[in-house]
Amino acid sequence: MDSISIRKTLKKFGSWITNLLATLLALLWSVPVIWAIIASFRPANDPMSRGDVWFSNTLTFENYTRAWSLAPFGQYYINTIVVVLLILAVQLITIVLAGFAFANYEFFGKGWIFFFVLLQMMIPTSALLAPNFSTIRILGLFDTRLAIAIPYFGSAFGTFLMRQAFMSVPRDLVDAGVIDGCSWWQLILNVYLPPSIPSLIAFGLSSATWHWNEFLWPLIITISDKSRPLTAGLVRFTQLGEIGAQWSLLTAATLMVAAPLFIIFLIFQRRFIQSFVHSGLK
Amino acid sequence: MQASRKSIKPLPYILIFPTAVFVALFTAWPVLLSIYQSFFRQRMNIAKFREPTFVGWGNYVDLFTDPYFIEVIKNTLSYILGTVPFSIILGFLFALLVNRKVRGIGFFRLAFFHPMVLPMVSAATIWLFFFTPDYGLFNSTLRFLGYTGPENWTGNPNLALLSVVIVAIWKNSGYYMVFYLAGLQNLPSDVYEAAALDGANGWQTLWRITFPLLRRTTLFITIIAFIDSFRTVDHIFVLTSGGPSRSSTVLLFELWLERFEYQDIGASAAITVIFVVILLAFTVTNFITSDRREA
Repeated sequence: MDSISIRKTLKKFGSWITNLLATLLALLWSVPVIWAIIASFRPANDPMSRGDVWFSNTLTFENYTRAWSLAPFGQYYINTIVVVLLILAVQLITIVLAGFAFANYEFFGKGWIFFFVLLQMMIPTSALLAPNFSTIRILGLFDTRLAIAIPYFGSAFGTFLMRQAFMSVPRDLVDAGVIDGCSWWQLILNVYLPPSIPSLIAFGLSSATWHWNEFLWPLIITISDKSRPLTAGLVRFTQLGEIGAQWSLLTAATLMVAAPLFIIFLIFQRRFIQSFVHSGLK
Repeated sequence: MQASRKSIKPLPYILIFPTAVFVALFTAWPVLLSIYQSFFRQRMNIAKFREPTFVGWGNYVDLFTDPYFIEVIKNTLSYILGTVPFSIILGFLFALLVNRKVRGIGFFRLAFFHPMVLPMVSAATIWLFFFTPDYGLFNSTLRFLGYTGPENWTGNPNLALLSVVIVAIWKNSGYYMVFYLAGLQNLPSDVYEAAALDGANGWQTLWRITFPLLRRTTLFITIIAFIDSFRTVDHIFVLTSGGPSRSSTVLLFELWLERFEYQDIGASAAITVIFVVILLAFTVTNFITSDRREA
């Protein structure tokens, strides 16, 4: 296999130097999160000082409960989850339909319409936050969860991904479906979708990650806790007057925001990484 | 079958309609609106400027003659030059280190990739501690290595942008690693066997074969990294708020400031247009050059 030859190359390179370098870099890269986890269990009455920033004599869970009581993280959780699921649900429908149309039909203006949709990939939504803010105000959606989600309901990237997946379905299979009398939606469900599930999962995982973590757009489009998601809530929390440099409290809040997605990532690590490759390379 | 697919039917248009509507409403329309608004002066926080007045290229002239804005452009370039090459090189290095059949390789992959899954605001909050003067871990480590310079990284005009760059590199390198990893695993093995027969050493193989073969991957990652470096400013909000004295303000952060802090519709529209032109120019250039290479 190819990796054998690469391994040979690396062997000459000096296998143990490589191992040492890898270990050092991996430790260096992990320090921030490992520190944050340890610090979040440090009692508040044992502030950090020079050379004493890791474990305390006792471990406590109180930072998490205090952070939870100082800001409505429960509501933030609900908001983030609602937004992520709403975007996913709508996107899965829009990208499958559009991807199917581009892959299965020849129609007038197809090339131009495809290019028009792809514009969204060239101009990231974050560049357009000022005019989109006006649009949301005109639509009367300001400070709602729908406002956070709606700009992402159509996805050029997802459409592109599904079109690619659908185009690799053998033409004979599609023709057989047509001869069997499949309607267009039966074609999608029975012929196109089954072999394209990996693409759909890949898109879903990267979309969920992206929107769970998104900050700037929710920040400007929400103003109250009823719609504010976790990321914007966290930044607000860090700016609360009484927080200051209470690192154990800050790290607890930080980890709470990241935890659900992070734990899912740890469980489905392989799937996740493959998805990011898949969604990038197709 | 063939005939039915060629004739004009409403169905494909209906299927694309939902996607097209959202793209029209949140990508095409805002671009057009920004172009229009960029020719007007309108400031929401000054009573006499609340109604838009036509000023031609006024907003653009104002921006490009404003030393502050020139500073922001310079910061943006420094930010891109600081993040894009370094995170790509690190991504490549990580991929080489991880693409081996060694026990526990999963741990290394996890170590390099996990920052990607964290929200940028969480990552930045953790790094805020690292940059803390006196007992912050980053400073402690540097002091251990003999560094005696200023410790307040996020509050120092010369270091604030660098601290933002460091966080971005930490967060993104693992993401780019994943693409190189996929590229490495798709490389043809016979080329390596031939190189080994010719007596090529490790470095030669790496620079003469592996890297050139991954040119397309590198191009792709460069595009992603470039766009990423433009559209992510979350860490700036947490670490520096664009300061001190705008030393860590980049284009998107400036756009946010103009629109939501200074309430200047005209200036923010002009910046949006500049932003879109840069991104489109970049994409089109890439499209043209990569097409030529294919031919």
